[in-house]
Amino acid sequence: MPKPFNTLTAIAAPIMRGNIDTDVIIRIERLVGNSIRGTLGKWAFGALRYLPDGSENPEFILNREPYRQAEILITGPNFGCGSSREGAVWSLQEMGIRAVIGSSFGDIFFANCFQNGILPVVVDKEIVDGLAAEVQQTQGAGRISIDLQQQTIISPSGQRHEFAIDPRRRAGLLEGLDEVALTLQRDDEIRAFQAADRAERPWIHLAKKAVGNHA
Amino acid sequence: MQTPARTLLAKIWDQHVIARISDDTDLLHVDRHLLHDLGGSRGLLDLRNRNLPVHNPELTFATPDHAISTARGRAGTSKVGQELLAGLRTETSATGIRMFDVDEPGQGIVHVIGPELGLSLPGCLIVCGDSHTCTHGGLGALAFGIGSSELTHVLATQALIQRRPKTMRVRFEGRLPVGVTAKDLILALIGHIGAAAGTGYAVEYAGSAIRDLPIEGRLTICNLSIELGAKMGLIAPDEKTFEYLRGRPYAPEGEMWEQAVAAWRQLPSDPDALFDREVVIDVEKIIPQVTWGISPEHVIGVDGRVPDPSEVTDHARRAAIETALDYMGLIPGAPIAGTPVDWVFIGSCTNSRLSDLRAAAEIARGRKVAAGVRAWVVPGSETVKRDAVAEGLDKVFTDAGFEWREPGCSMCLAANGEVVAPGQRSVSTSNRNFVGRQGPRARTHLASPASAAAAAIAGAIADVRTMGS
Ligand code: SF4
Repeated sequence: MPKPFNTLTAIAAPIMRGNIDTDVIIRIERLVGNSIRGTLGKWAFGALRYLPDGSENPEFILNREPYRQAEILITGPNFGCGSSREGAVWSLQEMGIRAVIGSSFGDIFFANCFQNGILPVVVDKEIVDGLAAEVQQTQGAGRISIDLQQQTIISPSGQRHEFAIDPRRRAGLLEGLDEVALTLQRDDEIRAFQAADRAERPWIHLAKKAVGNHA
Repeated sequence: MQTPARTLLAKIWDQHVIARISDDTDLLHVDRHLLHDLGGSRGLLDLRNRNLPVHNPELTFATPDHAISTARGRAGTSKVGQELLAGLRTETSATGIRMFDVDEPGQGIVHVIGPELGLSLPGCLIVCGDSHTCTHGGLGALAFGIGSSELTHVLATQALIQRRPKTMRVRFEGRLPVGVTAKDLILALIGHIGAAAGTGYAVEYAGSAIRDLPIEGRLTICNLSIELGAKMGLIAPDEKTFEYLRGRPYAPEGEMWEQAVAAWRQLPSDPDALFDREVVIDVEKIIPQVTWGISPEHVIGVDGRVPDPSEVTDHARRAAIETALDYMGLIPGAPIAGTPVDWVFIGSCTNSRLSDLRAAAEIARGRKVAAGVRAWVVPGSETVKRDAVAEGLDKVFTDAGFEWREPGCSMCLAANGEVVAPGQRSVSTSNRNFVGRQGPRARTHLASPASAAAAAIAGAIADVRTMGS
């Protein structure tokens, strides 16, 4: 179940390159295995964060103070494009990121954020660029505040921006809802749908097999 | 009474609404759920930990593809790869899910086997924990990738909450020039409108060039929808679709087949249906495409030149080009053809079907892979492999110096340890040229199967049109 998200005031790190894909956020070999949760924070942005010899790349923003403490990422367009790997969100979460602000996101990444209590905020590119510029002017010291209840972002200099968000997703984040449990409360509707659909599209509803593969 | 004109997407969507959640969000029924080795057993274990049964195991299918080795006998599958495979076997067996195991017809890349088995059908809603699920849209299905949490949700409920996307129609008009394939069409589109253009949209591909394409080409087109930013891509089913599906193992039969086809004929977008965005592409102007950078939108015709950042005034664009050229080790303004390559990879859910292997074999036949180039052919499924062997394609490839592998994702993702070495250059028929996609610091150029085979023979990026068979 995701952790609820309400308000956040935190250091923000701008990563402004466009089209940062989920392969860049987390390399696939870190995701091969069934017990990877808790191991990923170290590997987020691995290709940017570490030099070929494994040492930290001092140039990369998240290796510099105060950005090491960042809980918010300010991102370029189409951040999180590419694969469906939820490990990308897990790795951000495990390195302490709680919100991402950008002008657009990869669709599947965007949905995955909500499943894990990370707030993705979509605002106009001018606002994103303005926030990044303010953060850079303060060498990262200027904090950004996000209020999900009010749907506002406050920039380091105190500029207030509103953002839109799907009410259902907002409620889910505020309360940390368990979607599986909620949908299972509608199981009667699911079964009624299937019964009616079986008459209309019988080819969709295959016969149940005996348990086991080797029938 | 007149019913309002609807798109293909709207017709499929409406059919699957179990309940309306909000104005633009619905609880949708999932008709087919595909599991693979990378996330399948994790999802099933997740369910077990929550003490929940699989809602509809008979609508769920599994196969290993991502983490298994593609060497003969699957030699060299890593320890975790083996654990994932064992986990998938145990968990599917315990829950009554049909798994297509290694060496068995039906095994292969999830997006190759779905259509091949007739699991993917027109009008069907298909999900899989993999972003290239959009591939199945080539049959007129509504198919899209989901994350791990959504995967667990589907296992537990056979349903998914989704927001209705905006609609885009891309019409490819005209006749395909010689040497130009489905892969070139979709790469050219991504280059033209950008890798983020499809974000938030479901894209319907239409137009005379799409109608002329065989089904396997349509699957290739839809496969790269996600590289356009679109989670869903789809093509209206037609007689070709029905002919392709007839007689496949999970396709309906007899009277039910007739009933299904009658329903499928109703699916195409109504003539006056409205789309939120329309794009028209003149295919007669397209030539074989190859990527030069680290996003699929970094693409040019094979007769083109690598961009020169000094000629670009926009600061962000210039920086992006510089980063890409630096990573790719290319000289600004240089012709892309003639760039020496180390690796050629023919495979992946984009281009590993029989027609792709035939196109590559046609170029490879009677020729030799250039010295210093390693070239792999990885069929998309056990069935593709057997069909190709029956035609002697494996022999064509091995005679030319290609390696003929077992089916799987292999070097598309390099999750199974099959990687391009750091700094090496690969021409690949897959779908992503992202930084490190084929291995840390590997340099990937995306191209069609024929263009990839041409690169293997030439030892460099080459214009397939100059290499007639
Ligand atoms: S072939 Fe590549 S893109 Fe396709 S499913 Fe496998 S890893 Fe994903």
